[in-house]
Amino acid sequence: MSEFVEAVDIEVTVNGKTYQRSVEPRLLLVEFLREELGLTGTHIGCDTSYCGACTIHMNGAPVKSCTLFAVQADGQTLTTVEGLATDAGLHPLQKAFSEHHGLQCGYCTPGMLMSAKALLERNPNPSDKEIKKQIAGNVCRCTGYQNIIKSVHAAAAEMRES
Amino acid sequence: MYPAPFRYHRPDSLDAAIKLLERLGDMAKPIAGGQTLVPMLKLRMGDVNDLIDIGRLPGLAEIQINDNEARIGALATHATIAASPLAERIPSVRDCAGGIADLQVRSRGTIGGSISTGDPSTDWAPFLHTLRAVVEIQGPAGQREVAIDDFVSDAYTTVLKTGELVTAIRFPLPPPRSGGAYIGYKRAAPAYPTCAVGIQLTLDEAGVCSAARCVLSAVASTPVTSDAADAALVGTGVTEEDLKAAGELIIAAADPPEDVRGSADYKRSVLRGLFLQAGTKARQRATGETIEGSHSYV
Ligand SMILES: Cc1cc2nc3c(=O)[nH]c(=O)nc-3n(C[C@H](O)[C@H](O)[C@H](O)COP(=O)(O)OP(=O)(O)OC[C@H]3O[C@@H](n4cnc5c(N)ncnc54)[C@H](O)[C@@H]3O)c2cc1C
Ligand code: FES
Ligand code: FES
Repeated sequence: MSEFVEAVDIEVTVNGKTYQRSVEPRLLLVEFLREELGLTGTHIGCDTSYCGACTIHMNGAPVKSCTLFAVQADGQTLTTVEGLATDAGLHPLQKAFSEHHGLQCGYCTPGMLMSAKALLERNPNPSDKEIKKQIAGNVCRCTGYQNIIKSVHAAAAEMRES
Repeated sequence: MYPAPFRYHRPDSLDAAIKLLERLGDMAKPIAGGQTLVPMLKLRMGDVNDLIDIGRLPGLAEIQINDNEARIGALATHATIAASPLAERIPSVRDCAGGIADLQVRSRGTIGGSISTGDPSTDWAPFLHTLRAVVEIQGPAGQREVAIDDFVSDAYTTVLKTGELVTAIRFPLPPPRSGGAYIGYKRAAPAYPTCAVGIQLTLDEAGVCSAARCVLSAVASTPVTSDAADAALVGTGVTEEDLKAAGELIIAAADPPEDVRGSADYKRSVLRGLFLQAGTKARQRATGETIEGSHSYV
């Protein structure tokens, strides 16, 4: 196969903004977000579909952006970690992770936040077990997970009150 | 990691997808959720010149319960199936769908893609043996159906011919007083199971087993079944002793590969435990109990 493959035009809505780009079919979605759109909040941890650092939402569902081609996101609506904070400030999950030591090095954090967000959208008052099951696809090498679970509970409580 | 270059096509109908696959031949591949194919292409395993995106083809993701049959469209994702009324009605369906990988993979991966990989470690094909499912296939020569037992012919090999796509999976709804369970043992959520066991039972009014179907997964190049093990459970009360005896018969037919997930002996002993758990849960569910159960990894 020749090394030259025609680029494909795609249109993707990310955090409410619509982007049109011409991409090589083999461009991974995570590279598209980081290199083409400059949204470097989404991390590449393992690049082998294992660690969850690259988790974003596609049409509301958490997906691993290292395991999708950008062309597959054509016409879809994405949310990345940059879409969490608003003009009013940090998202309750971001605040809770910071206050309850839900992160140390921060490498896994964007993915953790996106997985946790998907859970709280569906279940405003999750149990420990439900949180663990939800973040089972997100690896953290620093925290030992306990403070992440605490942070998700704290964010859930704040979101229930507001 | 970058795959080798390929061309990308997104036809808007099943017919157009089949025509394109037929025309482009063996160097073209369909992509559904991409949760097997994208990692493989990144590792540069397999030569692909053209990817045909079937992920958005209309009408292929529906989950239906008819009078006496269930039908799952090939593009239904593991996550949708796990949350469906069908999984509510047949909890072993949720064991299988909800136990696959993690939420992110389940949001994308499809049942059709899973069985089409023929990967000995995936869950759907073995699980569907317990329900005696049939695979609906459409291709250049029209439609055909293949029993799940015949669909996966060897490791990573199915009976699909060039241009053929899986369109749905169908199985009869189990009769009253039936119950099933599918339990895998995994080292972590995003890891494929070390091995897994599925058991489907029907009891008579006295609680005696009148039909049984057992399967082992990830311990041979294709799912392992045993008519002798099924027959050994029929006529029993499915006690611990009965399950141990039947378990030995089917485990004898397994040929677990020695790999990073463990030695053959280790896997045999995991199978014994899983067989007992799955059989016990299947019996409890057949008597109407609500039992949670799926892969154990936390
Ligand atoms: C980290 C990780 C962990 C995983 N853990 C598990 C696990 O525990 N258990 C498990 O069972 N699976 C596991 N999987 C695999 C996952 O379930 C995949 O979703 C599934 O195997 C493939 O489905 P897909 O839709 O993503 O297929 P794709 O990757 O799109 O395609 C897979 C193959 O099937 C072909 N294909 C796809 N759809 C069709 C169709 N309708 N007709 C004909 N051919 C088709 C493709 O050409 C390709 O060859 C895991 C995957 C990952 C990345
Ligand atoms: S970088 Fe995508 S799962 Fe690790
Ligand atoms: S905070 Fe360092 S990997 Fe999770």
